[in-house]
Amino acid sequence: MANDKRAIIGARIAKELKDGDYVNLGIGLPTEAANHIPPGVHVVFQSENGMLGVGPTPEAGKEDKDLVNAGGGHITALPGASYFDSATSFAIIRGGHIDITVLGALQVDQEGNLANWMIPGKMVPGMGGAMDLVTGAKKVIVAMEHCDKYGNPKVLKQCNLPLTAKGKVSLIITDMAVMELRSEGLVLCEIAEGLTVEEVVKATEADLVIPCVINRF
Amino acid sequence: MVKLITADEAASMIKPGSRVAIGGFLAAGAPETIIDALVLRKVGDLHMIVIASDWEDRGVGKLVVNHLVTSAQVSHLGTNKAIQAQMNAGEIAIELVPQGTLMERVRAFGAGLGGVLTPTGLGTVVEEGKQIVSCNGKDYILEPAIASDFAIIRAHKADKMGNLTFSKTSRNSNPIMAMAGKITIAEVDEIVEKGELHPEQIACPGVFVNFLVKTKES
Repeated sequence: MANDKRAIIGARIAKELKDGDYVNLGIGLPTEAANHIPPGVHVVFQSENGMLGVGPTPEAGKEDKDLVNAGGGHITALPGASYFDSATSFAIIRGGHIDITVLGALQVDQEGNLANWMIPGKMVPGMGGAMDLVTGAKKVIVAMEHCDKYGNPKVLKQCNLPLTAKGKVSLIITDMAVMELRSEGLVLCEIAEGLTVEEVVKATEADLVIPCVINRF
Repeated sequence: MVKLITADEAASMIKPGSRVAIGGFLAAGAPETIIDALVLRKVGDLHMIVIASDWEDRGVGKLVVNHLVTSAQVSHLGTNKAIQAQMNAGEIAIELVPQGTLMERVRAFGAGLGGVLTPTGLGTVVEEGKQIVSCNGKDYILEPAIASDFAIIRAHKADKMGNLTFSKTSRNSNPIMAMAGKITIAEVDEIVEKGELHPEQIACPGVFVNFLVKTKES
């Protein structure tokens, strides 16, 4: 993905994070959010292998083999950090103690279903911690490119890949739009600068509820 | 009481066909010295219980590329192409288990529980063939405990009671796997005298540990 798209999505995710939140960012695009936290907002990042208080990537030469994130990448520990075993880490996740989790997706649909862990016959990386995160976090945000690399929509009426969890997604942030699951359906809340509503609708398979006022991001 | 042995003695103890719970997360905190000894002795037909299949040249990935694993309960394969190829070729039977569920199922065995009730996986393929139990008005999947013959783990320091301390995020699944082994072998960087580790620092009490292996300096 182009860096400008990553930055746009990352900055928009960061707006969802409130001071004092405990947050788990999925590997890849969601981690971009950490670069856009507004001044004065302090959030605590969890890494599901067993840590709260994840800090930025260390400088070259200062990596510690015993200090890695859930993708195996080198990280640092901020003051106030804590380490614990993986069962405790998932007690935090499943037990509803994480305020926000942000994950990537292969598909997401208008019922809030998410598919992000396998393509049958093609790619089976496994669910890792994703099913627990989506089940237990207070708020589940999906962050992804609006369409796949062939230009096909990823925001669907109904996921056709194996689900990660049913009906747990509450917000979808893409390079084109921000969509929220509400009682009236999947609402198109915001569109990216330079796009029209028609362009977003065309790139989306799901039925979108179009409100009178749509903000830009 | 805990006994210090060599990695080769550890590997010779683990018979082909054993169920082995192995600590580590993407090779961080993996018992590399014992894994290398298993590869050297070609201890095969193993059932592996592990969070992730690591990389081909690091962690449990080395057991996979040497065709020593015939089945596994694991949550993530994404970093290891060899295990995916062996799975597609029918050489290895994989049960994919959500990571938090895997930890609780292993912990349950070590804690003398028959299983756990979890909401993780409801409405997905994970619930297929399993009992759904309603408790306090909510639905849960009944997930059975995962038994293992051996646990092989990695810690930072051990004292001569087998009490263990860990380093940062390399703790991960290690104290959990330690609970579940009928025999638990801990690979450690350093062994100190009784009393040298502060009791408050100990993240895995020695009661769960049977043997210690000194890690090979790389």
